[in-house]
Amino acid sequence: MPGPGAGTAKAGKPRVFAADLHVHTALSPCAETEMSPGNIVGLALEYGLDIVAVTDHNSGANARAVSEFAAGTGLVVWPGMEVQTKEEVHLVVLADDLALLEDWQELVYRHLPSRPNRPDVFGEQTLFDNEGRVTGVLERLLLTSVDLSVDEVRREARRRGLVCYPAHVDRPAYGYVSNLGFLPPASDFDLIEVSSRLTLGEVKAKLPSLEGRTIVISSDAHRLEELGPARTWLHMGQPTLDEFRAAIVGRDGRKVEAL
Amino acid sequence: MKVSEVAKALGLDVVAGVAGLDREVTGGYSGDLLSDVMARAKPKDLWITIQGHQNIVAVAVLTEVAGVVVSGSVEPERDTLERADREGIPVMRTPLSVFEVAGRLHKLL
Repeated sequence: MPGPGAGTAKAGKPRVFAADLHVHTALSPCAETEMSPGNIVGLALEYGLDIVAVTDHNSGANARAVSEFAAGTGLVVWPGMEVQTKEEVHLVVLADDLALLEDWQELVYRHLPSRPNRPDVFGEQTLFDNEGRVTGVLERLLLTSVDLSVDEVRREARRRGLVCYPAHVDRPAYGYVSNLGFLPPASDFDLIEVSSRLTLGEVKAKLPSLEGRTIVISSDAHRLEELGPARTWLHMGQPTLDEFRAAIVGRDGRKVEAL
Repeated sequence: MKVSEVAKALGLDVVAGVAGLDREVTGGYSGDLLSDVMARAKPKDLWITIQGHQNIVAVAVLTEVAGVVVSGSVEPERDTLERADREGIPVMRTPLSVFEVAGRLHKLL
């Protein structure tokens, strides 16, 4: 199914972008408070990353802060979210722009149980402004599941032209394989994220069903010390989600390279 | 004991896979991580879970469990029911919790 900008990928000869497409901010209660826009952007640049996707649990509330903080630094920030489905499977959702992410967030909040966070149990859910300052906390609990299935989230994300794929399928918790036993056909998910804890060879030996799919390796960083080395090489004309869509399917010389 | 007899005794609502109601139940297993169930459930177990995703049918076929009890008022997906009908794997619903179903099944067997 072509995305909104399918066919526009011919713009420019591809070059290589280093991308970490799964990074949490301090909004995620399980992430450390040092995961601020300033620290994330600074560290990403220090490690030579070109693209970072901000993917907090069930919320996109800090995506704008990180995105605007990064403006002019050379780092491109893709707005995203890590959705927890009712099977407790984590899916990464990436949006072309902040408005689309905010629409998506509305849907997710409608399907997220409305109960307050318990910072003493789960941790603080810290909000930032575009200068990286703490502006407050998000009251509602993010560390739980929406009442939508993996298939419902996937279909709705596709319908809106968002990129959606299973997170850390090699991990023992909140992964598609740990919770649902095995991956669906590549027609459902042609893009899969694996963690940076194993080499790609080890992951493929463990999960032969990855064969024939496009793989990204991401940090899933919740702490500063986890951010930096993990990356996927994206061969694209521009650092846009549209070009990423072309890279996922290998169109026009675009490709995704996980090493 | 047959699946149909267990379903009757525990008041389970058979929602798919009627063709498999004569299957024999000799034990039980409960779990919601399908990777764990694949590794540990035994043939002829009745599997009690709160997952309603269609992969439960594939895991049931693979492990040769007698049937699946989707408990806690969870509504199995439509795909799950269609697949269970195709495979002849009984899928049963109940408002009872996993704990309640397991306790009653244990007493029954």
